[in-house]
Amino acid sequence: MAKILISFTLNGKKIEDAVSPDQPLLEYVREKGCKSVKRGCETSNCGLCTVLMDEKPILSCTMLAVRADGHDIITLEGKQQEAEEIGLFLAKEGAEQCGFCSPGLIMNIIAMKNELTNPSEDEIREYLSGNLCRCTGYVGQLRAIKAYLASKEDCQ
Amino acid sequence: MFTIDNYVKAETLEQAYSLNQKKTSTILGGCGWLKMGNRSIKTAIDLSGLGLDKIEETDTEFILGCMVSLRQIETNETINSYFGSAIKESLRHIVGVQFRNCVTIGGSIWGRFGFSDPLTLMLALGAEVKLYHTGKVKLSDFVNMPHDRDILTHVILPKNNQKTHYITHRATATDFPVIACCVSKLPEDFKDNGFRITIGARPQRASLVLDTNGILNDGITEESANKFADYVADNLNFSSNMRGSADFRRHLTRVLVRRALLALNQEV
Ligand SMILES: Cc1cc2nc3c(=O)[nH]c(=O)nc-3n(C[C@H](O)[C@H](O)[C@H](O)COP(=O)(O)OP(=O)(O)OC[C@H]3O[C@@H](n4cnc5c(N)ncnc54)[C@H](O)[C@@H]3O)c2cc1C
Ligand code: FES
Ligand code: FES
Repeated sequence: MAKILISFTLNGKKIEDAVSPDQPLLEYVREKGCKSVKRGCETSNCGLCTVLMDEKPILSCTMLAVRADGHDIITLEGKQQEAEEIGLFLAKEGAEQCGFCSPGLIMNIIAMKNELTNPSEDEIREYLSGNLCRCTGYVGQLRAIKAYLASKEDCQ
Repeated sequence: MFTIDNYVKAETLEQAYSLNQKKTSTILGGCGWLKMGNRSIKTAIDLSGLGLDKIEETDTEFILGCMVSLRQIETNETINSYFGSAIKESLRHIVGVQFRNCVTIGGSIWGRFGFSDPLTLMLALGAEVKLYHTGKVKLSDFVNMPHDRDILTHVILPKNNQKTHYITHRATATDFPVIACCVSKLPEDFKDNGFRITIGARPQRASLVLDTNGILNDGITEESANKFADYVADNLNFSSNMRGSADFRRHLTRVLVRRALLALNQEV
């Protein structure tokens, strides 16, 4: 299989590389050291593999690495400060149990904060409905997310 | 997951079309459906460099390039203000925002999936598709055409002052619909009274029902809505699968058609 040359930015760093055309972006960014990005399903349903492509949240399990060509990809590793901040809100509410779902959830919370202004509870639920958690009932997460968004509003 | 031997980012549609004439070639949409299978793809044809990811508006229609994502449609202000809540309602339950940022309208309509929400919606809106080789075809014809080796380049939504209402029943949030229903009212023409009702996820491909008996000729009332809902439910075929039995689907159809008609009445 012929590899394809791509050129893109990963967490702000310019990368030129040859990739297999059938490799999902998920496995590719993990090879590049972005281990926060995980595979939680085979059916595009869990949201654990969420990364930002040109600031929009996408599923890296569904996006081929070749299609990162010319785009800007950000994983949790590139959003350390915001991730830590959201992580503290989640911890404070005792929202997590195993925590496996958190990297994907945090990436989508970041995307939501950038896309929606003052989202209602229904809007939050809808935006995050593609992030599954198998331990909790989402109640703690929702409390944490609301508190996080409120803290951001106070700062503005 | 599929495998790919050769990957070609098409430079023209002609190139994409001629490569696609081989049975071992595959057009890549957003890969959401493709990745669920194990196809060995000899030549994967990527249309993402052809500017087909744009939504254009003219005086008479909206033209959606095949690589437009479902999320682009869902968040497009002009489309949503023209067609009302139906567009968003038909898309917002599909898996999640991240998924809808990946998957395309081209792959969704080309697939003619039985469960398809966009197919159910767009059939009721009176959409057309543009195929590279065949040209423009009414979606109501395309839905029953076999999968050939053409390329779907655009989906066209006519501006007909349609009033539209979309509604589904899902067993659980973000799952496939158990049944999908769209009711659209076009201005009357010489042929019929303008009502277009589609039922998807029967679980077969969406079907279009017209009010050929004129049940709604005098407008939507509780009585005419009930009568028409019975007409739709009694005249379509339903089947059973793991999401629901044929009888349950027929029952839901009766309820959803009535609800959609009454909701449409509020909007008109
Ligand atoms: C887990 C899951 C849940 C889903 N739930 C729903 C749901 O609830 N409701 C719903 O409506 N849909 C649902 N879908 C379907 C989804 O919304 C898309 O319709 C589907 O993924 C196909 O779009 P795609 O862009 O991913 O196409 P792809 O998977 O890339 O392609 C699908 C097929 O179309 C062909 N193709 C793609 N583009 C073109 C083109 N322009 N011309 C010719 N052929 C083309 C491909 O070769 C392939 O055969 C679901 C899908 C998955 C995987
Ligand atoms: S790994 Fe589950 S959605 Fe991507
Ligand atoms: S805390 Fe375990 S999956 Fe969410």
